[in-house]
Amino acid sequence: MALPSYASPLQRVWHYTFRVLCGLIFFFLIFPILVIVPLSFNAQDFFTFTREMLALDPAGFSLKHYRDFFTNPDWQLATRNSLTIAPVATLLSVSLGTLAAIGLSQSHVPFRRAIMAILISPMIVPLIISAAGMYFFFSAIGLQGTFWGVVLAHAILGIPFVIITVTATLVGFDRSLTRAAASMGAGPLRTFWKVQLPLILPGVISGGLFAFITSFDEVVVVIFVGSAAQQTLPWQMFIGLREQISPTILAVATLMVALSILLLATLEMLRRRNERLRGLTPA
Amino acid sequence: MTQGRTDGFVVFDRVQKSYDGETLVVKDLNLSMPKGEFLTMLGPSGSGKTTCLMMLAGFETATHGEILLDGRPINNIPPHKRGIGMVFQNYALFPHMTIAENLAFPLEVRGLGKSEREGKIRRALEMVQMGAFATRRPSQLSGGQQQRVALARALVFEPELVLMDEPLGALDKQLREHMQFEIKHLHDSLGITVVYVTHDQGEALTMSDRVAVFNDGRIQQLARPEDLYERPDNSFVAQFIGENNKLDGVVETIEGQRCTVRLDDGTLIDAQPVNVTRPGERTRVSIRPERVESNPDRLAADSHLIDAEVLEFIYMGDTFRVRLRVAGHEDFVMKYRNAQDQRRVAAGDRIRIGWRPEDCRALDA
Repeated sequence: MALPSYASPLQRVWHYTFRVLCGLIFFFLIFPILVIVPLSFNAQDFFTFTREMLALDPAGFSLKHYRDFFTNPDWQLATRNSLTIAPVATLLSVSLGTLAAIGLSQSHVPFRRAIMAILISPMIVPLIISAAGMYFFFSAIGLQGTFWGVVLAHAILGIPFVIITVTATLVGFDRSLTRAAASMGAGPLRTFWKVQLPLILPGVISGGLFAFITSFDEVVVVIFVGSAAQQTLPWQMFIGLREQISPTILAVATLMVALSILLLATLEMLRRRNERLRGLTPA
Repeated sequence: MTQGRTDGFVVFDRVQKSYDGETLVVKDLNLSMPKGEFLTMLGPSGSGKTTCLMMLAGFETATHGEILLDGRPINNIPPHKRGIGMVFQNYALFPHMTIAENLAFPLEVRGLGKSEREGKIRRALEMVQMGAFATRRPSQLSGGQQQRVALARALVFEPELVLMDEPLGALDKQLREHMQFEIKHLHDSLGITVVYVTHDQGEALTMSDRVAVFNDGRIQQLARPEDLYERPDNSFVAQFIGENNKLDGVVETIEGQRCTVRLDDGTLIDAQPVNVTRPGERTRVSIRPERVESNPDRLAADSHLIDAEVLEFIYMGDTFRVRLRVAGHEDFVMKYRNAQDQRRVAAGDRIRIGWRPEDCRALDA
């Protein structure tokens, strides 16, 4: 956005102030995340920059915290737990959330808004309340402290993301496509798999990514619903912070940030692909 | 008609439709069409024509009454088991599939083998002159090309009945007229039965064997295009199909196929009684602009002529269009051919006009 030649001095001043403000906001958002990256390569067991690091002396850097992460059995168990719980929870969220979104997008369903609000509520209700509620409920039915208990709890947290993204994709979905499929003899199941799902897939996948990240980053609910056998990465980090302030946490955090960036990049690519498909479809 | 009410290939028998349980969108619809007919449902938006088509396709359910296809009630058959081809206004091609994959879809559903499928797809695409586009995606085609593909896709599985929901609505005028002829030719050569929905009366008149004019949830008239234009049954049809001048008055005399009407300003005119039965009844007479005659020599000697003042003369190339003040109305239009022997009139001229009584229909007020 270039400044037009007729801009008044005040507009000029605002033009540049605006840019500086935007830069400051970006810095505020991103810097706390970026700062952990160099710290995770610290050769010392501290959370601060050493003099060697500031002088960019190679002796000040090391991979020892990463080594610790990949060899310590506690971290390994946590990683395994996270990597099994998150995908299963995601799968559940995606299946249930997609079905719910499709059902709630049909105009003849009664109390659509109320049902939608209830399904979305895990995103709005404070996590600690959901967690406490699930703790008592899961204890009563024998799910507390089990793998499936944690998976179900994380699935509940992931469903709202899937519902929101799939509903958004369905807004642009042309109902006459399913009608066309039916007129050609395709039953509801074939229509879903061959016509509707391929077209709403970007929404389904981005919802799935959000659900995955939610489960992967979640610490409150898992502490309530899980037991030592379901210790996930965020839980282990939480313990690490409380009990032994080890920079291994920073190494794990860096890895998790990298994973998140990877997932978000995938998301963005999917969004672009979706736009391309849609931009070329006549309204 | 000698047929029973439920004879015919497609039959609507006392069908009603209400979305909210209170107001009827379709009121007591009775319609029977033979195999091979091209029937158009024509009407303004909200007249119930699209609802009727959707009930036939199975996407809406009839609140009352029965719909029969080939003698079989289809009310309880889901859309995907009716075997009816359908063309949608927005084409409804699957954007994630190529043209060939789009056409293969109905054939795969029916479990056809690959070679059989390919043969049918090729023939269907050639039928609409789209043979070269099999590997393209819908988004790479123009609107007209997409509509041809949609047509081929609705025909590729050889349904006996094809429904078309304003299929040409999104195309420009020239392409639309061209596609009208193509659809008509396909109908003639394939012998399929077509139910076509449109709000474009020109389209309805050009393409159809019969036209059902819808208004307010009822069929106002079901007739051949010629009868619809020349002999409308009521004021709505007269006003909806083509251009018509309307004059209000009271019937003065009736004698068989001829009556005289005293217009509200006292002028006496000739007309043909259609919806009026006795003198003293109020009526609205309707007359086509091209049937108004300004040359008294061409009319019968005893014709009633009336005075008119020219308000506007519009040159339209092949025709002239003259706006007249007649019996107090300022929107009376007369249209005549641009021919050597025709005299041109100018605004302010006072002329005498008349018409053959059979061209002027006395309808419901």
